[in-house]
Amino acid sequence: MENFPILSLLTFLPIVGMVLILILPKDQGKAIKWLTLAITGIQVILSVVILYFFNFSLGGINDPSSFQFVEKFRWINISGLSWIGTIKIDYFLGIDGISVVLILLTTIVTFIATLTSWNITKSVKGYFALFLLLDTAMLGVFVALDFFLFYVFWELMLLPMYFLIGVWGGPRREYAAIKFFLYTLLGSIFILLVMLGLYFSATETLVDGSKVFTFNLLTFMDPSNYTATGILSPLNPNNLRFIAYIALFIGFAIKIPVFPFHTWLPDAHVEAPTAISVILAGVLLKMGAYGILRISFPIFPEITQQVAWYIGLFGMINIIYGALAAMAQRDFKKMIAYSSVSHMGYVLLGMASLTTAGLTGSVLQMFNHGTITAMLFIIVGIIYDRTHTRDMSAFGGLANQMPVYTGFVMVAFFAAIGLPGLSGFISEALVFIGAFGNEQIRVITAFSLLGILLGASYMLWAFQKVFLGTLKDKWKGLTDLTFREYCMLVPLTIIIIVIGVYPSVILQFMTTSVNAMVKFMANANVIFSSISPF
Amino acid sequence: MTESVLIKIALVTLFLPLIGFIVTLLFGKRIKWLYWFENSILIITFLLAFVLAYFKLAYFTDQTIISEFQWINLGNVPILKTFTIELGIMLDNITVLMIFVVTLVSLVVHLFSVDYMKGDKRYNRYFAYLGIFTFSMLGIVLTDNLLMIYIFWELVGISSYLLIGFWYEKKTASNAAKKAFLVNRIGDIGMFLGILILFTTYNTFSFDKIFYQVSIGNLPFGTELGLTIAGILLFCGAIGKSAQFPLHVWLPDAMEGPTPVSALIHAATMVAAGVYFMIRIFPILSGDALLVIATIGAISAFIPATIAVTQNDIKKVLAYSTISQLGYMIMAIGVGAYTFAFFHLITHAFFKAALFLGSGSVIHSMHHEQDMRKMGGLRKKMPLTYVTFLIASLALSGIPLTSGFLSKDGILAGTFAFGSLTGNWWFAASGFLVAFLTAFYMFRAIILTFHGKPKNKEKYEHAKESSFLMAMPLVVLSLLSLFFWYSLNPFNPEGGKLLSSWVKPPEISVPQNARYDFMKTETEKVNEANLTEEITYSPAYTNALRTAHYPTLFTSASLALLGILFAFLIYQWKFIDPDELANKFKPAYKLSFNKWYFDEIYYATFVAGTLALSRAIAFFDNKFVDGIVNGSAFVTVKLSAFTGKFDSIVVDGFVNMTAYLSGLTGLFFRRFQTGKVQSYLMFVIFSIIILLYIFK
Amino acid sequence: MIHIGLIHYLIVSSILFCLGIFGVITRKNAIMVLMGIELILNSANINFVAFARYGNFGNSGQLTALFVIILAAAEAAIAMAIVLNIYKMFSTINVDEIDTLKD
Repeated sequence: MENFPILSLLTFLPIVGMVLILILPKDQGKAIKWLTLAITGIQVILSVVILYFFNFSLGGINDPSSFQFVEKFRWINISGLSWIGTIKIDYFLGIDGISVVLILLTTIVTFIATLTSWNITKSVKGYFALFLLLDTAMLGVFVALDFFLFYVFWELMLLPMYFLIGVWGGPRREYAAIKFFLYTLLGSIFILLVMLGLYFSATETLVDGSKVFTFNLLTFMDPSNYTATGILSPLNPNNLRFIAYIALFIGFAIKIPVFPFHTWLPDAHVEAPTAISVILAGVLLKMGAYGILRISFPIFPEITQQVAWYIGLFGMINIIYGALAAMAQRDFKKMIAYSSVSHMGYVLLGMASLTTAGLTGSVLQMFNHGTITAMLFIIVGIIYDRTHTRDMSAFGGLANQMPVYTGFVMVAFFAAIGLPGLSGFISEALVFIGAFGNEQIRVITAFSLLGILLGASYMLWAFQKVFLGTLKDKWKGLTDLTFREYCMLVPLTIIIIVIGVYPSVILQFMTTSVNAMVKFMANANVIFSSISPF
Repeated sequence: MTESVLIKIALVTLFLPLIGFIVTLLFGKRIKWLYWFENSILIITFLLAFVLAYFKLAYFTDQTIISEFQWINLGNVPILKTFTIELGIMLDNITVLMIFVVTLVSLVVHLFSVDYMKGDKRYNRYFAYLGIFTFSMLGIVLTDNLLMIYIFWELVGISSYLLIGFWYEKKTASNAAKKAFLVNRIGDIGMFLGILILFTTYNTFSFDKIFYQVSIGNLPFGTELGLTIAGILLFCGAIGKSAQFPLHVWLPDAMEGPTPVSALIHAATMVAAGVYFMIRIFPILSGDALLVIATIGAISAFIPATIAVTQNDIKKVLAYSTISQLGYMIMAIGVGAYTFAFFHLITHAFFKAALFLGSGSVIHSMHHEQDMRKMGGLRKKMPLTYVTFLIASLALSGIPLTSGFLSKDGILAGTFAFGSLTGNWWFAASGFLVAFLTAFYMFRAIILTFHGKPKNKEKYEHAKESSFLMAMPLVVLSLLSLFFWYSLNPFNPEGGKLLSSWVKPPEISVPQNARYDFMKTETEKVNEANLTEEITYSPAYTNALRTAHYPTLFTSASLALLGILFAFLIYQWKFIDPDELANKFKPAYKLSFNKWYFDEIYYATFVAGTLALSRAIAFFDNKFVDGIVNGSAFVTVKLSAFTGKFDSIVVDGFVNMTAYLSGLTGLFFRRFQTGKVQSYLMFVIFSIIILLYIFK
Repeated sequence: MIHIGLIHYLIVSSILFCLGIFGVITRKNAIMVLMGIELILNSANINFVAFARYGNFGNSGQLTALFVIILAAAEAAIAMAIVLNIYKMFSTINVDEIDTLKD
């Protein structure tokens, strides 16, 4: 496995699929679907292969030598530009314990989303081509170690998403798509600014001893690489690192989404087709949090320490605000969208703790939220397909009519409210343990605990409204799950239960990296602060 | 029989009901007889529990057997070095006794349900739920650490949610299930916070290690206040689960579940989990925390007792009585009467289960009629139910020769001793008052149900004695409500092995100056006062308890008899008209009848408040946060329209004007462009002449 | 008696130059324009020779004058060829009518 470019294969396989789909004639809907399923299936297998060859003892984070499956070569090399000198951009892929978990999540969620897309009838060819493009972009974000490459994938994801919502979405799809697009683009601008600022602040030493500007993320994590005058260099007494941090945070916060940048989420979710909601909640939201972990934290450790309290506060606001907003929703899908806001708050809270337990919980919560929310959206999709309504008060007593379906709903709902034995509990508990261990955010954590009560309230309330009580006459004809729906729900259920019972299955991949991260943050904070005038 | 074998038996005991749950749930719809699979699993579980209890108590009496495995390992963690979470099971005398009780009650409830639930459309599902409940409850009992207790605590919560809401077609049932779960969660938040405090301080969840750390003076936040806060927060969990004031409101509603469920979870097991938890963490409860616990216990014993007096639903009476009895236990823990709290937990489990199943038997034969005012005279129709119900009621009232008498007397003696040692007599007073009320409302219930004339002839005619499967549990449980199982001396609870050698107060870990005075260890004096019974903390306490024994015994017995007498006077012999009495004390009656308006108050404040807040947030989100977004979009669109206008008029106008002007200029200069070389030359020459003239 | 000095040569030369310029500008006939150019060149020659005589330049003035004469001959030959071609194209050698430069 040493030199086999498995990450490139994983990332660009969907592009190959996309080209094949574009070649296929329009009326071959079935072939297109099966092709997409095959491609995403192969990706799941590839990610399992990666897990199999993954070395638990390598940490990654800031150490280039302990990243795995690294692929690195010059991608863009333009020399002789007047004052910039030379632009050298690397094609630099590699994963550590944090990204490997998210890669697994992405491939699984995408595979299941493909199954969810089976009932798409409107221009199948375009849908699946865009779908596969989206797949490439998402994986690219998680494997890129070069800021420029990261940004390319980050932006690449916008385009298919815009069309997938805007063309295949619900009645207000155009509004939602534009809102999503502009909002995310706004965030991208901030990220772009910081990226350029960093580019002109740090240099990489080449083999021949010359120093060139670089986009290499790992370079920015070592203070000795910075130039004396760069605007984001800690050596520069007038540096703008604090402002850059805020800008970067906003950029990523929009994606997570953090209050008050969250309003694109309910609209996008409600309008998007089920499969896209699944991807959106399952993977896209994680990209923001991943960006913070991969970029904001290790590149700006000293500022992270300063603002940890505020990050925790945003986490708490997300948890409670999201839960309260979810409680007031009548639309099933909107409620789940707001529950995502609430659940992503735990991710923020865990990150703010800067402790091993908290960060582990945070990364695990990303994975768990990905699977649980994917399941929740599939559940809403199933009922919407049958009844064409999502108003919760229109239902009641479905438990009798669709008992198997209700069983899966219970697994997903109980996992979402953090019931022990299911995966949600593990990550929430780790987040709370870690966050409470950090004295700075202890009080915030105590208040965040209210989230587990509020979360249970709206979930159980929704469950009661939709599934308990007596069945209305007009729903007497509803049928229980089909084979395809089993295929979507069973794998997710298994993942949720396995992680809930024995979390080490997945924790073992990330512990070394998380510890490396915590250690690095603590040490780097000292180094960065000592040379920084702040 | 070695320790590891015991551990293995315990593990099998724990997981068998889970297997029963999974199999019955998955295949119950197709295989109709699968409930017998679940039942036989319970029989095996019970036998295993019996074996476990027997060998533990007989051969490892003074040993605590612990077995742990590593569940989560976060590797080489900075600063802490290691971060591991172990799960494990612990077997001590309390554990095995509790397992025995839980599996026994669960077994009889299973068997009782076979006939009681017959004909239900989700028959097998019901047994599956009983299985998961038993599993969760055994988990709480067997665990050796706080995290696992929390895990199973939640599982118990969810299985009670499923069981209470079993008849979810009824709105009241699903509401009650939701209410039970959510109210429990409120307590759980406090409990989890307490666990977090302890874990942050000690980096472990294990009871043993935490007790050890506390005993060497390592306290949360470094102060005794920290320990008190942690203790009270952990107690919050017990407040929720054991339905203590102010979170007791879920238990009466939970009576919406099938009656055997009420017997299992709302009498013997789930609600006892809170008390069990307090017993587990007793060593780290500081004096201040204990005082809070005792106060909550006393309030919870008193208020529901007053409510039970006026309720007409037989199950509601039993529900409030349960809260009241749990209040007794909590109060006992608060005043340091640790052993009696556990004793009462066991005896109460049996006689309250008997009462609930008895009421179930009545309800079943009356075709789901629960209102006592419509019953009456059932004594003749259902003699066996009547006798067992009567025995259990006597035990609950604390009449001599019953188990309840022994345990309740112990608790009252504890409060009495507490009073004499600290001068705080409130707990004793409330204990005695509740003893009177208990006897009164229980016999009111018996008289209304079984005595007198039948009030609903039609239903009375149809009523008949229950089947063997339903009657047998009643007999077993009522037999277990008699004294001789626990102590051969009917007037002294310490006459049996249970209290003399199996259950002893634990070593207190709390620092000396944070304890009650009477719990302080005085090393020399312990040696002097040759404490053979070893059930107390200090000689002073022993003496106080001994002194309290006989006075409390007589007082409580006579108060209970007085209560029974009053019940007969009012309801049997009708010397006093109950309605007239109610009219006389109208405010008090209304307060009691309406359950002290707890539900109304909570609904008006917390529930309505949260809902209003959530609507406000949704409004805020929709109109304000999103409004800003849409507003900025609107402004941008307007701005762009303006910019468009500006662009086309001003900017473009300027550009066009420039073009026009240059056109004009061009037109002018064009005239000089004749195309004739001669004229050009003429210009040249004139220009030269002019230039020469200028620069001469 | 008037001593003929440099100034007189220059006066003659400038008269000749002005006549040449006048011819170039006013004549319509291309040939006449060419003749005007010849006059200008000759006025320059006079200047060269005169300055060479009165200045301290050695024989360079005379040499340049010879060179200019040769140049003028060559120029006249080429110019005549151009005029012939113009005549072929426009059927006239009236310079007023040849204003294609205007475009």
